[in-house]
Amino acid sequence: MIRRKRYAAPPIQRQECLRYAGCRQDAAAEEKQLLEECLQEIDGRLTYQVCWERFPIQCTENGMDLGFATVASAGLQKNLEGAEEILLFAATIGLEMDRAIRRYTNLSPAKALFFQAIGAERIESLCDAFCEEQAAALQAEGSFLKPRFSPGYGDLPLALQKDIFRVLDCPRQIGLTLNESLLMSPSKSVTAIVGITKEERKVKEKKSCSVCQKKDCAFRG
Amino acid sequence: MNILDYLKEHIVYLDGGMGTLLQAEGLQPGEEPERWNLTHPEVIIRLQKAYFDAGTNIINTNTFGANLLHFSEEELEEIIQAAIANARAAAAASSGKQEKFVALDIGPSGKLLKPYGDFDFEEAVAVFAATVRLGVKYGADLIFIETMNDSYETKAALLAAKENADLPVFVSNAYGEDGKLMTGASPAAMVALLEGMGADAIGVNCSLGPKALSPIVAEYLEKASVPVLLKPNAGLPREVAGKTVFDVLPEEFSEDVAALVQQGVRIVGGCCGTTPAYLSAVVEKTADATPLPLVEKNITCVSSYTHAVEFGASPILIGERINPTGKKRLKQALLENDVDYILQEGLSQQEKGVQILDVNVGLPEVEEAALLQKLCFELQAIIDLPLQIDTSDPVAMEQALRRYNGKAMINSVNGKEESMRAIFPLVKKYGGLVVALTLDEEGIPATAAGRVAIAEKILHTAEEYGISKKDIIFDTLAMAISADPRAAKATVDALDEIRHRLGCHTSLGVSNVSFGLPQRDVINSTFFTIALEHGLSAAILNPFSVDMMKAYHGYRALHGLDTNCAEYIDFASQQLPVAAQTVAQPSVKQEGEAFASQLQKAVVKGLKEQAGELTAQLLMEREPLAIVQEEIIPALDIVGKGYEEKTVYLPQLLMAAEAAKSAFEKIKGAVVSQNGGSTAKCGFVLATVRGDIHDIGKNIVKLLLENYGFAVADLGRDVPPEEIVAEVKRQHAPLCGLSALMTTTVPAMEETIRLLREEAPWCKVVVGGAVLNQEYADRIGADKYAKDAMESVRYADAVFSELEQAKQV
Repeated sequence: MIRRKRYAAPPIQRQECLRYAGCRQDAAAEEKQLLEECLQEIDGRLTYQVCWERFPIQCTENGMDLGFATVASAGLQKNLEGAEEILLFAATIGLEMDRAIRRYTNLSPAKALFFQAIGAERIESLCDAFCEEQAAALQAEGSFLKPRFSPGYGDLPLALQKDIFRVLDCPRQIGLTLNESLLMSPSKSVTAIVGITKEERKVKEKKSCSVCQKKDCAFRG
Repeated sequence: MNILDYLKEHIVYLDGGMGTLLQAEGLQPGEEPERWNLTHPEVIIRLQKAYFDAGTNIINTNTFGANLLHFSEEELEEIIQAAIANARAAAAASSGKQEKFVALDIGPSGKLLKPYGDFDFEEAVAVFAATVRLGVKYGADLIFIETMNDSYETKAALLAAKENADLPVFVSNAYGEDGKLMTGASPAAMVALLEGMGADAIGVNCSLGPKALSPIVAEYLEKASVPVLLKPNAGLPREVAGKTVFDVLPEEFSEDVAALVQQGVRIVGGCCGTTPAYLSAVVEKTADATPLPLVEKNITCVSSYTHAVEFGASPILIGERINPTGKKRLKQALLENDVDYILQEGLSQQEKGVQILDVNVGLPEVEEAALLQKLCFELQAIIDLPLQIDTSDPVAMEQALRRYNGKAMINSVNGKEESMRAIFPLVKKYGGLVVALTLDEEGIPATAAGRVAIAEKILHTAEEYGISKKDIIFDTLAMAISADPRAAKATVDALDEIRHRLGCHTSLGVSNVSFGLPQRDVINSTFFTIALEHGLSAAILNPFSVDMMKAYHGYRALHGLDTNCAEYIDFASQQLPVAAQTVAQPSVKQEGEAFASQLQKAVVKGLKEQAGELTAQLLMEREPLAIVQEEIIPALDIVGKGYEEKTVYLPQLLMAAEAAKSAFEKIKGAVVSQNGGSTAKCGFVLATVRGDIHDIGKNIVKLLLENYGFAVADLGRDVPPEEIVAEVKRQHAPLCGLSALMTTTVPAMEETIRLLREEAPWCKVVVGGAVLNQEYADRIGADKYAKDAMESVRYADAVFSELEQAKQV
């Protein structure tokens, strides 16, 4: 069964916003002020929504059978090592962020840049909040969550979005749509697969850049 | 019996959930339920018969997603034919004695319309139209548009129904917990839009249970003059022992629904999680209920894609500044296709407090219909105010109204036969509040009585077109008192009588009254106050006129329309400073950084307002071009160099560029008023190529190129090669910039370059974007790969210098 939930706004991580905007470690006062201005403008206008469903998975000759689609991806397979089930989820912070970005795209590109950055931080924070909540619930049944993995990461094809949208009924559940180029509207949205295991992770698998093939990324850790 | 006749005397029962029941019958996640009309007709008939047995009057066919996006033409026809036949078979098999109807069910497309998605409005209309035509062909009794969570898509579906069927149309929207549609519309906004377009019943379905939906239903009942429908979920789903259960059971559900019937809901059913048992309970609980009589609410309003603006005791301000008449700078923006300037005019009027924006682009040099439609679309992408579409060309009016997201204000119709014949059918079809000018073939009557007589004629004719008087707002035409001292009195007397005797709302373009006089704001604001006292409902005005805003806020405070005088106090403290403020002067030397001037410092530091104000001061003493060469460009060079040396980061670069832009805006204003000329170096055509919708990088390049004096023609994103080439040829542009972010769109870039080489061989092509590098750029035949915006500027400057030198030789 597809589940759906609306979340309260997760706490803002200002340093993350500044980082996504491309500011230096010690951001200038003008930059911090602009960030505050943008935060104030978008305050109360975002809707934090997630829909999700649980699927059993198994390895087959043609790749991973995810319960809603079969996909060949070494990156995902490695990510899901030890998992027998997955949580498939889609999350969005709504269209108002796209409106804010578009409003300032030409009128104030600096503000548009900050809204882009805030949007990135907001959707990541929503995904974190969702995964933490799910992890807490799963702990009761002795299960644990692995790091999330999205279409477009490593060798996981973007085309998987079509299957995800079909099976999670995203337009109806949370107002999230997919366009012809397989990009999502509202743009500040995430779909992801999260492995469920019976074993707790020994080493903390932090969000790692190592699976990503974009080696020249400015944010690569 | 026709459903609309039946509805007059009865509570009408809809069906309940279908998707949840089909899953219980074995429908797999992700499987198309519409195919079951063909593969499992016996299941569909059995489930629908159970609803008829429970007392349902209207069964929705199992066609929620039956459209050309999901099925081929042939299969779509088979599905819709079978779906209607199944519902008819269920009606025939049921022992229920009630009246039975079959509704063609239409759900959302699952795609988001432009500007935030990639689905074009007319494509959406066409997709829904195909489904509607098949529904008509196979004999549906009505059309039921449901679960729509976007106002624009709802409009597309309703328009398709209206254009392709004479059947009754019911429209139901799905609201979130915040009481709005996913794309932001309030219930009042939807009522305005849907009633305006002639929906026969409107309401709410899905998302939540009946209790949670009751505030939304209450708003529908308060605003709507047509019957209201309700089709809630059985609350929220939960998982219990691996099974899905809903948390509202039939008993509670039917009590809640019955309570809403008592409040005036006339059409009820259930959505996700409800079953025939829920419907039986609802029918039982409401068996003795008689439908409350429908009351005409007489609400005069317009709406945007978020909210409705109602005309009533508090005056409505309509911003007049997007109109080229008497505004050189705006005229130039229209001629140069400078959309940003116009959007800025819209935003700054919104900041000043107008509730509606007038949009007029009437210039002999432009193609009005296309430009008006485009500007309305661009304005609606970023501003949530309703628009007043202002044109004398009925073709332009229709094109703009058709694509308008909401219920627009229409400016205008008048008492001439020809005008009414052209405009009233548009009001009827697309909805809208139409401004009616009290003039006719004989001109503008000098007396109030003459103008009122024309108003009565207009009302009478409107009625023949099925347009009620709540959708007409009269403008009794302010005339120059310098020409006729009795002019103002005639205008005011006429509006008084129209407001109070005829009961219609009124609007005025106030400022005409002072034509030919000095200090016009004195006369305008006094006249505005007088008119308000006589019942003026709305005014088209310049919100930057402090005198007019004083009159507006003073009137509202004095009439008890401004709670605690809060808005007046805000206005007085923000807009009416005690003494004129002087520009804060940044000190030139500070923190060890040296700047040649204050303006340079303001630009480098990204202080937008200061940069504009300092430029305005400098313009009093120095030539515009000297300021550009000696102040702004050197400041930009400092920042640009810093960016290249990685001592300045992107946010600072953008902030400086914006400060420079605000300085340039002042320069441009000065140059336009001096000689109407241009300051540009040369043309530069810029676009994100076909298939790609990413434009952050492109927009940064645009901003910097403009800073450095290039006349940038920004064609936007997802631009076909032909369009780019056509623009390069049209202005014989020496430079063209192409951007792409995704690897999948590099071929589109290559094709564009190939076409440019063939048809515009003089043009230098510079490319950039995340996926590109020197190697790719060489392979697709670009003249230049620019790794960032500054490099594009340097290259453009070099090309421009060469051209200049070539000219001199």
